[in-house]
Amino acid sequence: MTASTDLLLEYLPIVIFLGIAGVMAIAAIAGSYVLAPQRPDRDKIAAYECGFDAFEDARGRFDVRFYLVAILFIIFDLEVAYLFPWAVSFSEIGLYGFWSMIVFLGLLTIGFVYEWKKGALEWE
Amino acid sequence: MQPFVEPDYLPALPELFLAGASVTLLMAGVFIGDRSTRLMTWLACVAMAAAFVMVLVLPDERTTTFFGLFVTDRFAAFMKCLVLVGAAVTLIVGLGYVKREGMNRFEFPVLIVFATLGMLLMISANDLIALYVGLELQSLSLYIVAAFRRDSLRSTEAGLKYFVLGAISSGLLLYGCSMVYGFTGVTGFEGIAEALATTVPGNVAAETGVLIGLVFIAAALAFKVSAVPFHMWTPDVYEGAPTPVTAFFAAAPKVAAMALLLRVFLGPFHELAGQWDQIIIFVSIASMGLGAFAAIGQKNIKRLMAYSSIGHVGYALVGLSAGTPEGIRGVLVYMLIYMVMTLGGFACILAMRQRGQMVEEISDLSGLSKTNPSLALALAIFMFSMAGIPPLAGFFGKLYVFLAAVDEGLYGLAIFGVLASVVGAYYYIRIVKVMYFDQPAEGFDRPVGVELSAVLAGTGIITLFFFAYPAPILAGAEAAAAALMP
Amino acid sequence: MIIQTIMFYVLAVVTVGAGVMVIASRNPVHSVLFLILAFFNSAGLFVMMGAEFLAMILIIVYVGAVAVLFLFVVMMLNINFAELRAGFLQYLPIGGVIGIILLAELVLVFASGAIDIEVPTTVASPTPPADEITNTQALGDVLYTHYAYLFQGAGFILLIAMVGAIVLTHRRRADVRRQRITDQVARDPKATVQVTDIEPGAEGTWKSD
Repeated sequence: MTASTDLLLEYLPIVIFLGIAGVMAIAAIAGSYVLAPQRPDRDKIAAYECGFDAFEDARGRFDVRFYLVAILFIIFDLEVAYLFPWAVSFSEIGLYGFWSMIVFLGLLTIGFVYEWKKGALEWE
Repeated sequence: MQPFVEPDYLPALPELFLAGASVTLLMAGVFIGDRSTRLMTWLACVAMAAAFVMVLVLPDERTTTFFGLFVTDRFAAFMKCLVLVGAAVTLIVGLGYVKREGMNRFEFPVLIVFATLGMLLMISANDLIALYVGLELQSLSLYIVAAFRRDSLRSTEAGLKYFVLGAISSGLLLYGCSMVYGFTGVTGFEGIAEALATTVPGNVAAETGVLIGLVFIAAALAFKVSAVPFHMWTPDVYEGAPTPVTAFFAAAPKVAAMALLLRVFLGPFHELAGQWDQIIIFVSIASMGLGAFAAIGQKNIKRLMAYSSIGHVGYALVGLSAGTPEGIRGVLVYMLIYMVMTLGGFACILAMRQRGQMVEEISDLSGLSKTNPSLALALAIFMFSMAGIPPLAGFFGKLYVFLAAVDEGLYGLAIFGVLASVVGAYYYIRIVKVMYFDQPAEGFDRPVGVELSAVLAGTGIITLFFFAYPAPILAGAEAAAAALMP
Repeated sequence: MIIQTIMFYVLAVVTVGAGVMVIASRNPVHSVLFLILAFFNSAGLFVMMGAEFLAMILIIVYVGAVAVLFLFVVMMLNINFAELRAGFLQYLPIGGVIGIILLAELVLVFASGAIDIEVPTTVASPTPPADEITNTQALGDVLYTHYAYLFQGAGFILLIAMVGAIVLTHRRRADVRRQRITDQVARDPKATVQVTDIEPGAEGTWKSD
């Protein structure tokens, strides 16, 4: 525990907030357990499928394109993560730091142009 | 932290050039389309050749740059030359295969350039973080090219297996690095060496912690060179991956990982030599033994090459166990000869086509001496050389590492190595027997292609006539070893 | 101080517990939810060590993107998870033995060495105190200058990941009519729209091409 207490105190509202959220959630669930009548039977807890018995598992094979979009999103998400410290220390790192980020963004832009030309961003 | 001054870029010129070339190729390829694959492949080879020239003309003495993250010396130059040649030659031998077997996409040469860039960064790493970044750059490209024939179930499976196991080994590496950093306080190789010499001894907690870290790093690096007991992925990946990719795996990344292994063990952890040499001796013996015995029952020639490569890593590590400059020179010469033989061997495998289909069973080679005498002769040379029959190159590779081991009094290791190569000779020579004494099967398609023939001739001549003029290679390896172990 | 200690143990226990549940729960969707819980608690631990930036990145990247992708995969992939688990019992003995050996080794090492982690004396670049400079700024001050080499290396890794994702999954469909925006924009009304006077009541003057 090397961080100073001041820093942690700044996080106190978040802790309190999370605590209240947890208490509320537990209270809602526990309250419904205690107060509401519970008489489950087989039909009540079955998956609702327009009155039929469920035909099959709800999991179906999805097109791989969904994942491609998600993966590309994660890559750009990571790229953005690098921008935060850069923005914070922008005044300290000088011109070199500025160009350093521009080169990095250039690399990712090359990736973006590649995606665009390959048609990975089109849904078809 | 030292104050910031702009780093010197010149020592990293080959890497910077290759980085620029890779993105240029990527852009050119995506604008021209897949019909540019052949052009891109040749341009990639030209880029690697240019990087090769840059490595050669750069000054030899040890230089660090980028705040000590990057180092060049004669050792790095030697290994980089090997890697660049290996990568360029595999691209050339793969040309025909890539065109025929539905791999005709321009990303293939570009990914190989990316992987090569990663290998150069690995070889020049002088810091644990730089090591990791180079390794990931390489591995990520390799996972992709292993699965490059995505319509082939086996290629996809190979890519997936390699990825999952490779990710685990990266995790081990990072865990080990974090232990070492935690107990020494630095990530730079010089800093670690200094800490291990000054502050760590006598501090029991730090000694144990660094040792655990070292064991994890050793496990991860053993995975990358596919040494026993971290070899399990090798046969499956070698068999499933497209053949040019397998040739690439067997040649360049193995050399780069070996370079990393040498640099890590002899640089920052040199102080702990007494601890790690037991690990290296065990890994070496286990790899030689497994390479010799497990290959006997193989019917698929790519699987056989996988076990053979495991065995070769074991022999090369004998030189590291010796831990002397002669031993390191032996490792370097061994890796060079291994790479030449492997490239030649895979060029033969790439010529194994019947009626337009690739075949890879050993039985398909029956009677090759009648149907295609020159191919049979070339393959026989490589097999005899891998078995270590004098006066072929493979014999000298083994000779140097065993001599170094004997000089250090590691008689048991040397004797085990000789015995393992006798067992290993059985399956290499069995292939020669199949080719020369079995009933001829259907011959292979002709012609095998200009590129393949040229590579076969080149590697064959080096393997055959290494004994006549080994001086320049030995001198280069000696200088490189001296740079690593002053 | 006592509150910090309590917080540490709460976060640590929940992290480890959630980690166990990730591999133990039968429903893969629950596994991912436990993974998210583990990420949140690790973020809390990072904050307690003063590594605010890492904590926030853990939430933005791991919870916000990676875990959602995992959830996406387990909810939408038609893998028969019962089948996938069938081998579990078969591998349990050997896996368990290896796990116990590893655990025993670690316990031995830490018990014998009486591990007492002090800050090493050779620290090259110590973290500045949190009340002088924020964690994010401390990172930013060195990442883009001293560590620019590694930063650009990371850029290349991201680029390869992008290329790899597309090489392995993207294929152009031949049977789809796709929208060609450039063609649409470049379309000239003069070439395609024809204005014709039609006599009221006249028939057969409608021309079409």
